[in-house]
Amino acid sequence: MFGLDLSFIWAGIIAFAVLVYVILDGFDLGIGILFPFAHDEGERDVMMNSVAPVWDGNETWLVLGGGGLFAVFPLAYAVVMPALYAPIIVMLLALIFRGVAFEYRWRTRRWKRVWDFGFFGGSVAAALAQGVALGALVQGIAVQDRAYAGGWWDWLTAFSLLTGVALLIGYALLGATWLNLKLQGRIQQHMRALARPAALATLAMLGLVSILTPLQDPTYAARWFRWPSALYSVAVPALVLATAWRLWRGLARGEELAPFLCALGLFVWAYIGIGISFYPMIVPPSLGIAEAAAPDDSLRFALVGTAVLIPIILAYTAYAYWVFHGKIRPEEGYH
Amino acid sequence: MLSAELLARLQFAFTVSFHIVFPAFSIGLASYLAVLNGLWLLRRDPTYLALFEHWKKIFAVAFAMGVVSGIVMSYQFGTNWSVFSDRAGPVIGPLMAYEVLTAFFLEAGFLGIMLFGRERVGDGLHMFATLMVAAGTLISATWILSANSWMHTPAGFRIAENGQFQPQDWLRIIFNPSFPYRLVHMVLAAYLTTALVVGAAAGWLLRRGRGDAATRRMFSMAMGMLALVAPLQILAGDQHGLNTLEHQPAKVMAMEGHFDSHPDGAPLILFGWPDQQAKTVHWPVQIPNLSSLILTHDWTGALDGLDTIPDQDEPPVLIVFWSFRVMVALGFAMLGLAIWGLWARWRRRLYTARGLHLAAFLMGPAGFAALLAGWITTEVGRQPFTVYGLMRTAESHSPLDAAAVGASLAAFVIVYFFIFGAGIFYLLRMMSTPPGTGAPALREGPIRTAGITPGPAETPRQHRG
Repeated sequence: MFGLDLSFIWAGIIAFAVLVYVILDGFDLGIGILFPFAHDEGERDVMMNSVAPVWDGNETWLVLGGGGLFAVFPLAYAVVMPALYAPIIVMLLALIFRGVAFEYRWRTRRWKRVWDFGFFGGSVAAALAQGVALGALVQGIAVQDRAYAGGWWDWLTAFSLLTGVALLIGYALLGATWLNLKLQGRIQQHMRALARPAALATLAMLGLVSILTPLQDPTYAARWFRWPSALYSVAVPALVLATAWRLWRGLARGEELAPFLCALGLFVWAYIGIGISFYPMIVPPSLGIAEAAAPDDSLRFALVGTAVLIPIILAYTAYAYWVFHGKIRPEEGYH
Repeated sequence: MLSAELLARLQFAFTVSFHIVFPAFSIGLASYLAVLNGLWLLRRDPTYLALFEHWKKIFAVAFAMGVVSGIVMSYQFGTNWSVFSDRAGPVIGPLMAYEVLTAFFLEAGFLGIMLFGRERVGDGLHMFATLMVAAGTLISATWILSANSWMHTPAGFRIAENGQFQPQDWLRIIFNPSFPYRLVHMVLAAYLTTALVVGAAAGWLLRRGRGDAATRRMFSMAMGMLALVAPLQILAGDQHGLNTLEHQPAKVMAMEGHFDSHPDGAPLILFGWPDQQAKTVHWPVQIPNLSSLILTHDWTGALDGLDTIPDQDEPPVLIVFWSFRVMVALGFAMLGLAIWGLWARWRRRLYTARGLHLAAFLMGPAGFAALLAGWITTEVGRQPFTVYGLMRTAESHSPLDAAAVGASLAAFVIVYFFIFGAGIFYLLRMMSTPPGTGAPALREGPIRTAGITPGPAETPRQHRG
């Protein structure tokens, strides 16, 4: 199709699904991470309500990432899941606590604190586990005879812990800027104030991880400075700094939409950077995109529907967001 | 010491058993909600609206439990069954990807509008959203049962040099031989399960003397649905059984407890204790020739027994034999309840027959129990294969360390009992309150928080610097 290999089209689609997941569920999880910063129950209520109608759709992109990998890169799926066994299981269990808290919290008074804590703890653990999984992937996964060939604790290193904390902070930034957009009054001011240190810490983490990444595998540095990705590598510090500056100015001037979009922008730049490091590998250091792909019959069959359905999904997801646009007002809505 | 393979199997069985009951309930409940909302819009009878609002909240909790336990399933294939994922992924994977794309997004995208959005989008679009959620649950069932059926009756593929199942004919893969039967049987099971739960909630309220108009309507609808679906399910189950006899005879032999072949008519063993080592059923209570009559529609029809199957290809007979009996017994109990309900309706005693209300209450969990028993029958009956006849369970699991699987299994058990125990408690508490009253002691949840001003002055864009 258009002279492009099907497996590379699919790698792009999976990468897109994971990116959409990261930025959409990123602010959901960020809200959970920021939950202890609320002053009272009313503030926690509006924080949670700002994503209650959409969180489920946001999380579905994670299922598409996993299910899509299973469908079109079954070998990558079969290698990555056992390699990241512990972080994946922790993430799944954490997402259970986070997900049910959306409903359970409203169904009990005595145990409301329990589910508040479940929402917070689940969000923190899921964010850490995802970040650790990313770090472990960047470090590289040993593959032999179509199977994971490493040990059960290979994923745990100082680097993967660092990426875990980095993602946690990044999600908190997304959450704070989302809440700055959706809430008003004291809690909005509070979240806007929290967004500043979160932004600084995110930048620091981004820099640190970028410096340490080529140490994980020298080919990463080589990939950064080959043509044409070198263009992006040179531009990226400028893009990040410009975005960060716009974010900072937006927060300082009390803007609402711009800081949120800038926070999303930081995630997109970082994500493209990871993509350049990996390409053309799907599981570094040795499993390539074409090699891990399912047979063309599978790729073609899945692509026909995906090409039609993803735009439709994006359209009705956008509609659902539009239906619930605007501020959450704490003084109304409860009767 | 348990092997990694057995622990992985236990983990899958545990997580899927917890998971399956919630989607089954959501499939039935989503359709019920669409019917209730449609009737409210058509007739403007407030009891329908009260019932919609009541069951909507219950649906939201059950749906959330289904979502979180379902995400676990979508990753479980890779974590514990990576060899299966690698080899069968090219066939099974796209079916699941289509499930996500056509069903999960549809449900998730319109769920928020269905739960919170009536005032914001108006009755018409709200009804549309409700229908989309219901359609999503059914589409989801279609794809996942297609994938599951393919593991029982694989078709439309060839095996590539690297060992992968390579798709050749997608229509034959999707519409593999057992799929239509399994789909009908499962969707009817979901409807039955929901009818029994709704009937049990109504029966409980009626017995407690809290039967207002909405509760009576709920009971009537549940009993009506039961009378419609219970007989259909018995027919569908029979047809599914005949299909299984054709494609997976060893499973039927285990269900029937037929260790020996019967060239001149096989007995129906009602009860007994199958002993796979001794290759016999101890203390059988049996009716001569009835099994042949059911399975071949011929009094002296020949039926092969497990003596025609190599020992290493036999499923565990004891589990399959008994889970099948539990399912069938519950199915007939449901039919009995349905007939009782019809009789009470005919005698105009539907809302006063206290015995019937008690029976309906006690039968509340029967749908779930039958569902799980049926699931165990078909999945354990597929053993010792993951892809029937082609790939063994023993060669499907990840290169796992028993300690890692054991630890994660323990974590799943603890978390599931805690989380789903609490969830079931909340569900029961919500169901035990009459529709329309809500739970006055509790502040209303996000469902009632649609009070977000939609005016243009509030759109985020207007706030830009």
